[in-house]
Amino acid sequence: MLKILKYSFTDLMRSRWSYIYFLFYLTLGFVLFFLNTDLTKAVITLMNIIIVLTPLIGTIFGVMYYYSSREFTELLLAQPVKRHTIFAGQYLGVSLSLSLSLVVGVGLPFVLYGIFASAAIWDFATLLMIGAFLTFIFVALAFNMALFFNDKIKGFGAAIILWLFMAVIYDGIFLLSLMLFNDYPLDKLALGATMFNPIDLSRILILLKLDISALLGYTGAVFKDFFGNPLGMVVSLSLLGVWVALPVMLMLRQSSKKDF
Amino acid sequence: MLKVKDLHKSYGPVNVLKGVNIDFKPGEITAVLGPNGSGKTTLLKSILGMVIPQKGAIMLDGASILGNWQYRDKIAYVPQIANFPGNIRVEELIRMIRDIRPGAGAYQELAETLKLTPFFKKKLSALSGGTRQKVNLVLAFMFDAPLVILDEPTAGLDPVALIILKDLIAEQKARGKTILITTHIMNLVEEMADKVVFLLDGTVYFHGAVQELKEHTGRDHMEKAIAAILEKSYA
Amino acid sequence: MLSAWLNAAVITVGNGANPSLSAAVHQARAGDTVLVIPGTYKEAAIIIDKPLTLLGQNHPVIDGMNKGHILDIRADSVTVKGFHLRNVQQSYTKDFAAIHLFKCSHFVIEDNVLRNSFFGILIERSKRGYVRNNDILGEAVTEQSSGNGIHGWHSSFLFIENNHVERMRDGIYFEFVKNSVIKGNKSRHNVRYGLHFMFSNDDRYEANTFEKNGAGVAVMFSNRISMIKNRFRLNWGSASYGLLLKEIYDATIKDNLFYKNTIGVNADGANRIEFSGNRFDNNGWAIRFLGACYGNKIIGNNFVYNALDISYTGSINGNVFDRNFWSKYSGYDLDKNGIGDVPYRPVKLFSYIVHKTPETIILLRSLFVDIINFSEKVSPILTPDNLKDNQPLMKPVTENAES
Repeated sequence: MLKILKYSFTDLMRSRWSYIYFLFYLTLGFVLFFLNTDLTKAVITLMNIIIVLTPLIGTIFGVMYYYSSREFTELLLAQPVKRHTIFAGQYLGVSLSLSLSLVVGVGLPFVLYGIFASAAIWDFATLLMIGAFLTFIFVALAFNMALFFNDKIKGFGAAIILWLFMAVIYDGIFLLSLMLFNDYPLDKLALGATMFNPIDLSRILILLKLDISALLGYTGAVFKDFFGNPLGMVVSLSLLGVWVALPVMLMLRQSSKKDF
Repeated sequence: MLKVKDLHKSYGPVNVLKGVNIDFKPGEITAVLGPNGSGKTTLLKSILGMVIPQKGAIMLDGASILGNWQYRDKIAYVPQIANFPGNIRVEELIRMIRDIRPGAGAYQELAETLKLTPFFKKKLSALSGGTRQKVNLVLAFMFDAPLVILDEPTAGLDPVALIILKDLIAEQKARGKTILITTHIMNLVEEMADKVVFLLDGTVYFHGAVQELKEHTGRDHMEKAIAAILEKSYA
Repeated sequence: MLSAWLNAAVITVGNGANPSLSAAVHQARAGDTVLVIPGTYKEAAIIIDKPLTLLGQNHPVIDGMNKGHILDIRADSVTVKGFHLRNVQQSYTKDFAAIHLFKCSHFVIEDNVLRNSFFGILIERSKRGYVRNNDILGEAVTEQSSGNGIHGWHSSFLFIENNHVERMRDGIYFEFVKNSVIKGNKSRHNVRYGLHFMFSNDDRYEANTFEKNGAGVAVMFSNRISMIKNRFRLNWGSASYGLLLKEIYDATIKDNLFYKNTIGVNADGANRIEFSGNRFDNNGWAIRFLGACYGNKIIGNNFVYNALDISYTGSINGNVFDRNFWSKYSGYDLDKNGIGDVPYRPVKLFSYIVHKTPETIILLRSLFVDIINFSEKVSPILTPDNLKDNQPLMKPVTENAES
């Protein structure tokens, strides 16, 4: 698997899209500092971007990589290599190269501007970790979509719709149902619904790192009690882990049953 | 050596293989023929483990291959079309496959014969179809595998390369290998194949020597023999 | 009165001669000065029933041994200065204090240090007195088992200045107190409110700092209160406010700083209030209106980096927003007159939704919320059309607040 990973990774690192992605984050980092010199504020702005963008980029790259390397995959399938090895290797190659672009691209400006000496270092580290988690999750989801649809257009469409659902539509439904069931106690529902969407979960995890968390506590002790204590943090991070593991398992299952 | 028993495969409602039984013997070249959609590629891909059949068995040297992957070490495969990752150079691809699959032999001589060496530093996206096919040949024949599967290997090859290909196949046969080949070039079949498997509607319509096929159809030309079968079946 | 002054004697306590403060007070005549030299005096319920000046030298300690009030003042013109008072009895039925004033006038309580006092300074039915430069530190944990730092009841013309109150129930509490001034105090870490008004009219509080109190500052059922140049800071918590207004009329809120509070100003039934020159900086909500709030004027304030600027329920007709600076304003100023050419709508659709269904706050900063906020900004449907600042400033108002 490491060999496949290595080749997928180097293949992607050489593609110009990786450079564009990397340069985008690099510019973003520098622009943020140009606009405001406050590290903490820069971290908050960055959060908004990372929450939306990493899943989208993960989705697009995941689907693109799968379809563009389909023939090569078939070449590998004819070799004495396990299917799981091939797909796990490719998946890790894509996820790692994207995460690396993110971490290095955003990290470089922050390091130059002295993040290590700043109190925001942990918030920043959490942010990057969550960005990486989201990348791993959405690349896995994209691979699933691509494996499910042989047609490139359909697969691409389905993956984008899935992203749109997670990033926007889910929250819309969430918001509407909270408003509809206004008369009932909603804290638990809200908490549960957050858990079932990795983007929401990530958003809350980052919000909790920021001062703004007291706003969440205002609606009821439930959020704060849950997310605020170390156990909640552990549970949330594990849930993100589950969000990586489940699509990856599904992807491997799909891959071992699929005809190429 | 390679046995296909009662193999069934359908894609959704379409039954592609409906109980295929074939016995491939070592030292023989078997041409797998049939009209489009008769299940040639599906059969080959089932053997390669790329397609998972619903029913039946495929035995290689007495062991079932279904669900396994180690057995592919015994197969050299030349695929029909080869689109490789575009960012990689020819020699990198060769090195990569040698890295992934242990047990490769020398390839320089073969590449030299195929006149592929000048392209080693070129990116794969810059190659013509024929040159890519040569890359495919190198990738397959640098392994000394007892089972050789060629899916339309002549596609895009120039006449010189075609002659080299024929020599290669003959050499493999001489070393006692089991060779499966699909092609639409009947000359190649007549010239090289010991046996013909003719697939029609997902079943084996005919399996025997080339001569038997001619006798069976009463035609002395392969192409005409095939045409006769098809006429009969569509009549 | 004048003859009393002329005949005034100084009685020294401590030093062997006069071991007891109570005895000295008993022995003193009106207008005398009782000077207490350094030492620890275990005395409680010292009743002062004549005009006296009590002076502590280098803060002598009066230990109340948890028995009732320590100093119980029932006369006019009493001064208490320079003492360290500690250990006042806790009670669920009686409000014992380190210094209790009852029906007094013209008193001065200054430079005292109060520790472990159930109530600090309790002023009842009194008028015209100063309470200044005192340092009151409690160990309050719950509201029930603690008292207020400086507590005024049915009094008037009180001047509460430059005191430091920490870890009490309310830092400063006024109930039925009129025409009084609270100035330059620091009130921090109190269990309930830093400052609390109930049924008190015509008071002014100015240049105080209120930090990290359980629920901030509360002004309730009071009219004509001036709140000027105060700092309301860091009241972060699930039920914390910078300033809570409940059923109040005709107040002035001017040149204050509201920094990092969950809710800057929580106005519940607040009417005819003028907000000007205030800075709302990094609060969760800058101003939150609840219930009926009419005739408020919000003019010339700075709203910077608040998660939500304004939120409201029901009708808040007759409120004016004008010439404020909003850091979220994204309009332009083509004629370069310093006033944005497009009105600003401080009520975001999301803050409207959050007000109706508080649990939806969990969607804060989600992409969906940004999208609906944007579409509502482009064509308002749910948020009130008349709630807008027609002349949003392009640059912040110059601030008078002390930072």
